[in-house]
Amino acid sequence: MSFPWAKQYEPKLPLMKFLDEKLPLPRFVYNAVGAGYPVPRNLNYFWNFGVLAGFCLVIQIVTGVILAMHYAPNALVAFDSTEHIMRDVNWGWMLRYGHANGASFFFVVVYVHIFRGLFFSSYKAPREMIWLLGVVIFLLMMATAFMGYVLPWGQMSFWGAKVITGLFGAIPLVGEPLQIWLLGGYAPDNAALNRFFSLHFLLPFVILGVVILHIWALHIPGSSNPTGVEVKSESDTVPFHPYYTAKDGFGLGVFLVIYTLFVFFMPNSLGHPDNYIPANPLSTPAHIVPEWYFWPFYAILRAFTQDFLFIPAKLMGVIAMFASILVWFFLPWLDRSPVRSGLYRPVFRKFFYALLVAMAVLFWCGGAPAEEPYVMLSQIAAMYYFAHFLIILPLVSSFETPKPLPGSITEAVLGDKTGGHDAVPLATTNDAPASA
Amino acid sequence: MAETTIDTHDTVEGEGGGEVRRRDFLEIAAVSAAGVGGLAVLYPLISQMAPSKDVLAESTTEVDVSAIEPGQAIKAVFRKQPVFVRNLTPAEIEAANAVPTGSLRDPQSLAERTKEGYENWLITMGVCTHLGCVPLGAGEGENKGEFGGYFCPCHGSHYDTAARIRKGPAPLNLEVPEYEFTSDTTVQIG
Repeated sequence: MSFPWAKQYEPKLPLMKFLDEKLPLPRFVYNAVGAGYPVPRNLNYFWNFGVLAGFCLVIQIVTGVILAMHYAPNALVAFDSTEHIMRDVNWGWMLRYGHANGASFFFVVVYVHIFRGLFFSSYKAPREMIWLLGVVIFLLMMATAFMGYVLPWGQMSFWGAKVITGLFGAIPLVGEPLQIWLLGGYAPDNAALNRFFSLHFLLPFVILGVVILHIWALHIPGSSNPTGVEVKSESDTVPFHPYYTAKDGFGLGVFLVIYTLFVFFMPNSLGHPDNYIPANPLSTPAHIVPEWYFWPFYAILRAFTQDFLFIPAKLMGVIAMFASILVWFFLPWLDRSPVRSGLYRPVFRKFFYALLVAMAVLFWCGGAPAEEPYVMLSQIAAMYYFAHFLIILPLVSSFETPKPLPGSITEAVLGDKTGGHDAVPLATTNDAPASA
Repeated sequence: MAETTIDTHDTVEGEGGGEVRRRDFLEIAAVSAAGVGGLAVLYPLISQMAPSKDVLAESTTEVDVSAIEPGQAIKAVFRKQPVFVRNLTPAEIEAANAVPTGSLRDPQSLAERTKEGYENWLITMGVCTHLGCVPLGAGEGENKGEFGGYFCPCHGSHYDTAARIRKGPAPLNLEVPEYEFTSDTTVQIG
């Protein structure tokens, strides 16, 4: 949001003046991420992860387009062409490891981003649309990552494709035709690999489009902040540039150190060794698991082992797995507490930490074989997961007494002595022209 | 967009009278034609992903079973998926027939799952009905599970000597594909 005190763009060079009159793109950027965008002054490091996620998308698109210059999406040669990239293409090993680990790091960053939003209730009014678009991005990311993992056509690729398209086969009536349509055959084969390549190329650009809407929606109310108290005056904010460009730059540096450590020193630690075995349609590896970032949802899928009424266990698992993410779409209306930040919600905070524990258990069980005690543990954790969103959040928001909120962001940062002294109250300046 | 404009126009002009005019028909006809056109474009865009002619052409497989001794099984390929062709021993047939059909998750007798006159030939898809993995048990020395048939390593489904689901998450018996014996030693699957 452009608050009334936002700095105004003033082109100085003749070229910039010319551009500002014909196509004010520099003005747009200035108001979006430049000095023209005032941001709460109290953002902590959890607010770095949006920029990091954007950066991950760029890494994936750049390395992905390059890999596609050398990769052949044909079941006969896909595995070999991946090895060709690793051995023959200049820097191919680095680009491939960069892309593969980039996907993992994309998900690390996005999980932190999502749980930041859950703790500080960044989904609450007036920011519901940002949250909803974010859930759409997450779903697109999962589809993209799944199809990307199929491309090397190793054992995990093949059997992952078989199992994940098999999920759609669980849908009554239309399931089987739908699965055959998705695969273009009766089992994963060339047709499936070929179309997954096409869609794996397409979806990141769809993600990019939704990310633009996500940022647009964010800029209407402006960034949330750790207190959950809205911006009231100029002293509550600082311009995005240089304050947060610098802070995000520092965060990006830390992120890149860790990311490159993985790419250069343990590039296979997050992958599964069986994907270095070429796909064999006649033999399933003894222990197939998806990539680690799907584990919690895979654990929920496998937690349903009993038929329920007329619904078979397999379909129940599929419904539960999709529901575990779709429930996020309803979150802004399930959590009715008027207080945003978890810092001022003592009861909510305990349940939030319990949710983190449940997620950790689901992560752990999703990667483990489908045996006891993992099945029982994932059943308990899945139950808590759904209870948290559907029962606990609505209940807690009805009885919880929140702690007193600070009067303003400035007060939260500096104490109430200085708060609002030299502040320009928003209400009196509301009629000032707001630039987009 | 165009529709909305015309609608507004209508409400202004049509005030006071609800009668149908020729222009209303034109609107409906034009929008319908565009709708049909849109669907006609959409259909091929969706249908192109369904199995192509060459995939459909792989709809039958012939298997020579003469070399399979009782107690042995082979994996054939049908529609790029494994098919288990198993020559059951008398003991295995007896074990399969000893199970009361009613007690099964997916009740079927061995006779329903084999062809008349070829009761020792158990021909099933090697595709677990849970999430599609290939069960173990067809190869020499592989784990046959608790019921002497097949065992799926993915999520631990056990199948008996008639390849019926007995334990684990799979909902159905291993599928019996369409097949017929074209001679005593040749099976045509599909």
